[in-house]
Amino acid sequence: MVEGQAMKFGDKIDTDIIIPARYLKYTDPKYLAEHAMEPLDPEFHKKASKGVILVAGKVFGMGSSREQAAMALKAAGVKAVVAESFARIFYRNAINNGLPVITVPNVTKEINEGDMVTVNVETGEVKVNGKVLKGKGITGMALEILNTGSLIDYLKRVSVKSTN
Amino acid sequence: MSGQTLTEKILSRASGKPVTQGDVIEASVDIVAFHDLTGYHVIEVMEKAGMVKVFDQGKIVVAFDHLAPPPDIRSAEIQGNIRKFVKDVKIPNFHDINVGILHELLVEKYAQPGQVIVAADSHTTTSGALGAFAQGMGASDIAAAAITGKTWLVAPSSFKVTLEGKPAKWISGKDVALKLLGDFKAEYFNGKSIEVEVKDPSSFPMDYRATASNMGIEMNADALMFIPDSETVRYVKQMRGYEPKLVTPDNDAKYEDNYTIELDKMEPLVAAPYSVDNVKTVSEVQGTPVDQVYIGSCTNGRLSDFEVAAKIMKGKKVKSRCIAIPASYEMFKEALEKGYINTLFEAGCIITYGTCGPCLGGHFGVAGPGEVIVSTSSRNFRGRMGSNESKTYLSGPAVAAASAVEGKISSPGDVM
Repeated sequence: MVEGQAMKFGDKIDTDIIIPARYLKYTDPKYLAEHAMEPLDPEFHKKASKGVILVAGKVFGMGSSREQAAMALKAAGVKAVVAESFARIFYRNAINNGLPVITVPNVTKEINEGDMVTVNVETGEVKVNGKVLKGKGITGMALEILNTGSLIDYLKRVSVKSTN
Repeated sequence: MSGQTLTEKILSRASGKPVTQGDVIEASVDIVAFHDLTGYHVIEVMEKAGMVKVFDQGKIVVAFDHLAPPPDIRSAEIQGNIRKFVKDVKIPNFHDINVGILHELLVEKYAQPGQVIVAADSHTTTSGALGAFAQGMGASDIAAAAITGKTWLVAPSSFKVTLEGKPAKWISGKDVALKLLGDFKAEYFNGKSIEVEVKDPSSFPMDYRATASNMGIEMNADALMFIPDSETVRYVKQMRGYEPKLVTPDNDAKYEDNYTIELDKMEPLVAAPYSVDNVKTVSEVQGTPVDQVYIGSCTNGRLSDFEVAAKIMKGKKVKSRCIAIPASYEMFKEALEKGYINTLFEAGCIITYGTCGPCLGGHFGVAGPGEVIVSTSSRNFRGRMGSNESKTYLSGPAVAAASAVEGKISSPGDVM
């Protein structure tokens, strides 16, 4: 279960917006956080630092494979992204870096900027303004990776298991 | 039970059991690839996992392109670290800065019909030109695939596109990509695999196929594959000296839906800022003053792109800055031999090869505030090519060359 105030964005938020290419020569989370969403809002990291739920429209994270997109959002303080749909690569990158991603149809109509939002990562239920929105939670191997913290840690665990 | 689509056929072979849409599968991969800008990150993940090893050295492909040649010290350091990895792990298929862009090299040298290819770059879909199921992934997924030789996938549904007729004048692969983006928008193909059948294989050559497949990721498709045919055979034979084994869908394969594009009825298209699916005809935006034109990238840096650009620029001088970058050593060499490079040079273009450069605002032509770019690359997102206040229009090589000659967005027919 994760909780935070909503920061709202529209459709087709692409990876060049989430973290511009000029910052991709480093993987330090603090450095990436400072530049998250910079083209739309250079103050994003300050606003997100208290811990927020990102709410967005269609194909969130479309574009590049840059894993720093998921890392930057998480490091900036984003506790979960709730979107109407996700681009495949971003979705995987988010799970692989321990950032919960929940698909909820029409979510941009139901949640306003600043609303307090509670997300059940496993069931996909999103509570807001006394309502419960039904989304697609994270299950199976994706949930295992998410709960382990990252794909790296998951790989380590699987590797230890297989050598025992 | 009905027959299998190309997607189902490839994924069934790769996972060792019959696959249908929605199945979560573990697939064996045939090629795992990365470049400089993502490669160092892939290696970092391997190091953190304590597993700096690969499942099969011969199945790893590494090419330097995003930071080639290095524009700053950190880029040189990144490349140095990867060179060391390649040497330590003994990877034979390594291409340093003098060879070309990763996706172009995969098409020229490595990809085969029916393969599963994963690489740490979204434009990996380009290898779909040869009928490979090719997907981009992040650094962690690629590290895992490189170590284990496997990756997990959700099997997409298959959508069929049929290309009919011969392309109208100035129409090429980019226009087909933009047509699909304009008609369906960027979200529609999310979770789908697009399989393209070319009714007259010779009318839509491999260069065009690579461009269209390349932009499959802009459609958010899981893959965009051309169903292998006589053009696939011709290309592989010409580039590599042998005939590939063709993997094709069954005749009774069931597709989620079908869509037909009549190539002979198309007109040149552009994607206006700031979205790949903000597609317009050239006539809707012509006359817009242009500061810089970029002809190149893994989308449109091939021989036919330079052929049409040279045809348009022959004997003329460009009025806007024009940067031309063939995607590989092979493409540069052929364009040189055929005189295209000379024509572009005399028209006033700046020419190099084998770098992604301006496509991602890397180097060799970063856009300044307020500047308007016409680019044959794949994306016109805000800030993609430099300043957040610059604007990029995407087009095929003919519109790009005509726009460079006129200094404003122009239709190729107007300058000939």
